[in-house]
Amino acid sequence: MTEAIVRPGRKPLKRRPLGTHRPTRGGTLLTVFVWICVVYFVVPLVWLVIASTKDNTGLFTTFGLWFGQGFHLFDNLADVFSKDGGVFSQWMVNTVLYAVTSAVGATVLATACGFALAKYRFRGSSVVFWLVIGSIMVPMTALAIPTYLLFSSMNLTDTPWAIILPSLVSPFGVYLMRVYAADSVDDSLLEAARIDGSGELRTFATIGVRLLVPGMVTVLLFQLVATWNNYFLPLIMLNTPSLYPVTVGLAGWQAAASSGGGAQVLFSTVLTGSLVSIVPLIVAFLFLQRYWQSGLAAGSVKG
Amino acid sequence: MTSASPARRARLGSAQTRAAWILVIPFVAVFAAMFLVPLGYSAYLSTFTSQLVGGQVFSGLANYQRALGDPSFWAGLSRVAIFLVVQVPIMLVASLFFALALDSGRMCGGKVVRLLIFLPYAVPSVVATLMWGYLYGENFGLITQIFTGLGLPAPELLAPGAILGSTMNIVCWEFIGYNMIIMYAALRTIPTELYEAAAIDGAGEFRVAWSIKIPAIRQAIILTVIFSIIGSFQLFNEPNLLFNIAPNAIGSDFTPNLYAYNLAFKNQDVNYAAAIAFLLGMVIVVLSVIVQGIVNRKEKTS
Repeated sequence: MTEAIVRPGRKPLKRRPLGTHRPTRGGTLLTVFVWICVVYFVVPLVWLVIASTKDNTGLFTTFGLWFGQGFHLFDNLADVFSKDGGVFSQWMVNTVLYAVTSAVGATVLATACGFALAKYRFRGSSVVFWLVIGSIMVPMTALAIPTYLLFSSMNLTDTPWAIILPSLVSPFGVYLMRVYAADSVDDSLLEAARIDGSGELRTFATIGVRLLVPGMVTVLLFQLVATWNNYFLPLIMLNTPSLYPVTVGLAGWQAAASSGGGAQVLFSTVLTGSLVSIVPLIVAFLFLQRYWQSGLAAGSVKG
Repeated sequence: MTSASPARRARLGSAQTRAAWILVIPFVAVFAAMFLVPLGYSAYLSTFTSQLVGGQVFSGLANYQRALGDPSFWAGLSRVAIFLVVQVPIMLVASLFFALALDSGRMCGGKVVRLLIFLPYAVPSVVATLMWGYLYGENFGLITQIFTGLGLPAPELLAPGAILGSTMNIVCWEFIGYNMIIMYAALRTIPTELYEAAAIDGAGEFRVAWSIKIPAIRQAIILTVIFSIIGSFQLFNEPNLLFNIAPNAIGSDFTPNLYAYNLAFKNQDVNYAAAIAFLLGMVIVVLSVIVQGIVNRKEKTS
């Protein structure tokens, strides 16, 4: 496909220290303007937090960005975790299970493949690489429908495998790891290991992997997000509510709440459930900031 | 390794090839099973038609012919095309602006800004759509509350005429930060020598951004453009969830992907759905190649 994606960049000569800050008049204007824009990104989340502290009447009768009468967060949480026999906690467990298994598996596969593509010249390597790049463009429905039919003939639908197996393939992860390995693993290091009599695979496992860790964390995080947020695949593959990830479960509750007919008492439950479902990923991103930012900067998108 | 004998080098070469394949095979095996096989199966399915009597019948390209004359397919495709020419530029210009603002180092609290703008990326599209759906809605929607509070008529953001714009807003909210991070990461790799030279020449911040920074991160920008094209054409989650709260504004054919899903899982017309999905894939590939072609030609002429 693309030269843009394929061509690895030059090495950065010198990086400016982060956060060099020279206050000027233009700078003040810029700061004010950008912070006003930030409101747009934050307001929906603030609204969600506030909405989670209200009961249903409060949602309808009080202003969205301020607290209503009474603090109902804990009642709402109790509702979320007790509704439908406490299935919500099962959804959270499922989501973590699917996301972590897929992300770890995909990272291992992508790292090994990306390293080999970057560091070895072998017949077929360019075929593998172009297949990987081309596959980034295939729409998910083109795959999801036949995958569903194939899985159903193997009795794999409505099992965790139906979510995990397709999520093990991360073409973009392979691409990232190839670029990252090309840049951060020096050929002379591999040569030195060879002269010392280290086998190729041992060299990869000891020297290669250690140098690739920041890139691996990036791939891991992005695949984690992709699987955590996945909706389409579990929607078609799963029928049993106790196997749902939280996205499919919440969408079901939302549909029930919106259909009316007395189900409107669900609104506060749906909103509080949404809040609970996004907390883990946000916390993960806050704590792993250094990794996803440096990982992207160092390897993935050098022009 | 210049001193190595030819025999030793050959042995090493084969050892390396073997190692390479051992490392590549696991991915390739899963890739083949989860990607190539379903894709091939999909192509195969698309050449059949299911009939009430006689089951599946080979019909060649009939499904593709049907798709090309199907107003639902074209309606979805044109909606996505509007999305592509309106939402993608707005999103990417905003991302680029924030990336440049952060990179200029002239802002207070840049680190916090970067994090807050990126945060929506960690929110699943299901939750994002659900949240925005409530914000848009008239039940207890924040936007309606603000407008009525100001004594103004509230905009009907879930009406048929507005729903495409409302969807664009959700996608912008989700992905501006993600694209910003990609561009910002690329900006940080530009060597400072370039700026120093420009500063000596007396170039201002805007001039530096336009003449040095943006050309220097061209590849990262192209990457975000291509990913956005792919993303737009695959639009599914947002319209599928908005359907729950605005069934009159979003039909089953709102986007080609939604159409293919509804064909396959609601109408049980798997064969036709496979053909639609395949056509969609081809459109994406062709567009990505065109974008590449334009960029490469510009590169040659400049």
